[in-house]
Amino acid sequence: MDFERDWVEVPPMSREDARDSTRFPAEVMSAVPGGDALRRCFNCGICGGSCPSGPDMDHTPSRLFAMIQAGLRDEVLRSNTPWFCVACYYCTVRCPQSVPITDLMYALKRLSIQHGLCEQVDGPDFSRSFMATVERHGRSFELGLATRYYFTRRPLRLLRLAPTGLEMLIKGRLGLKPESIRDIKGLRAILRRARALSGAS
Amino acid sequence: MTYAFFPGCSLAHTASAYADSIRLVAERLGLDLREIDDWNCCGATAYFASDLLAAHALVARNLALVDGDLDQVVSPCSLCYVNLRRTQQLLDAGETLGNQVQDALAAGGLGYRPGRLSVRHLLDVVVNDTGLDRIVSEVVRPLYGLRVAPYYGCLTVRPGTGFDDPEQPASLDQLLQSLGAEVVDFSLKADCCGGHMSVVSAEVAYSLLRRLLQNATEQGADLIVTACPMCQLNLDAYQHRVNRHFGTDFRMPVIFFTQAIGLALGLSAEALGIGKEIVPASPVLEERWSGEAPAPERAGRARHRRRGTRLPTPGAEGVSDG
Repeated sequence: MDFERDWVEVPPMSREDARDSTRFPAEVMSAVPGGDALRRCFNCGICGGSCPSGPDMDHTPSRLFAMIQAGLRDEVLRSNTPWFCVACYYCTVRCPQSVPITDLMYALKRLSIQHGLCEQVDGPDFSRSFMATVERHGRSFELGLATRYYFTRRPLRLLRLAPTGLEMLIKGRLGLKPESIRDIKGLRAILRRARALSGAS
Repeated sequence: MTYAFFPGCSLAHTASAYADSIRLVAERLGLDLREIDDWNCCGATAYFASDLLAAHALVARNLALVDGDLDQVVSPCSLCYVNLRRTQQLLDAGETLGNQVQDALAAGGLGYRPGRLSVRHLLDVVVNDTGLDRIVSEVVRPLYGLRVAPYYGCLTVRPGTGFDDPEQPASLDQLLQSLGAEVVDFSLKADCCGGHMSVVSAEVAYSLLRRLLQNATEQGADLIVTACPMCQLNLDAYQHRVNRHFGTDFRMPVIFFTQAIGLALGLSAEALGIGKEIVPASPVLEERWSGEAPAPERAGRARHRRRGTRLPTPGAEGVSDG
């Protein structure tokens, strides 16, 4: 975190941007059931203090929440903070105002991808590879996922992980072929319908 | 009592030792775990970062597939447990999002009757349904001599309102104690192993793992016992990368709580999947596991809590420590 700079610079806005920024807090809060609890956040900072990856975030969670309230849409959605959230729910159980913080972090990930403002590469890429595997087989398949993901995106890391991978393979901890569910068509139909409903609402 | 069993993807391979030991221990303890037919992946964290409705719909298919005569779902994986539980709560609440999930399920010819299921973690079922008394009555070779760090990880006990305290859980401590092990004071027992963080930042992932390994080592633990496949995988498979990254020398075996139970029940270590760890547990088991009741104070081993070093408190002057 940048301790030198304790403010966020707000660039000049067009009228349209200004309208978007006033809508932004509501957009975030409505993305999560119970998300309007964010209105009650008084920036006590317990969330950031409880966060195991807090020091690596460009904004602490409570600062990010203040930025949401201030309508700084682009800055919020470009932040790495949600991507460094490990979803351990420490902040959520400790928040004195019962803000569903972890769920809001997930929502910010979704919004940053939707608005094309996501500057993180690895997180979204990995998620896409993971979902592609699930939608092909109905189950996750570690070996296939790891080789495809790392081979195409991070070949060097694959090399570093290879010795452990090999040992896991020998010990029977990596399957060579994926397990597939029988009713994969049914699963795909459910997901198709769910995505259509999300798009419509 | 019969439970609908949701194993989760990792039990097929990366956590096959968990699967092996669950099968054997459940049989011995009379736990009837009936696998949900044709279950699918819970989506881990990926779907929640992509589409909330699709994330819940993916999980909901599993709840809809539970046999009609069962009312409890149990998962040994903490991430699956949290996902199943949150979707069950969403569907039971019957609000807009839950109704949309029902709508999506119908597209696959399925439906879920709100309120029919409760979702539980395997640790909860073992400790609270089977019960410690029953388990102790079956113990043939107590874990005397072993100093263990009970590691819950985050999702076994959070986001809360579950079976144990979200910050200071005790169920695994009590279980391991009743098996005869010496449970060390592991203050990071409910902290996060990083989950999939190694994908976003290996640096952050390694430092999270290092904290855990450091804490367990400092407390004199011989091994870590966990109730989550992701925690086991991260602590075990990345341990030598952590060592290389920080120049440390951790050699901390990480096993599943069902393996610990199985050992105390006298089941074969190999059948329980001991030996599948990357950091082998067998040297520690051979060296420390005496099978005999411990002497009150063992000589030669570092005791972390020193006597006579308690901070002075008002009114406590002159009171002898301990």
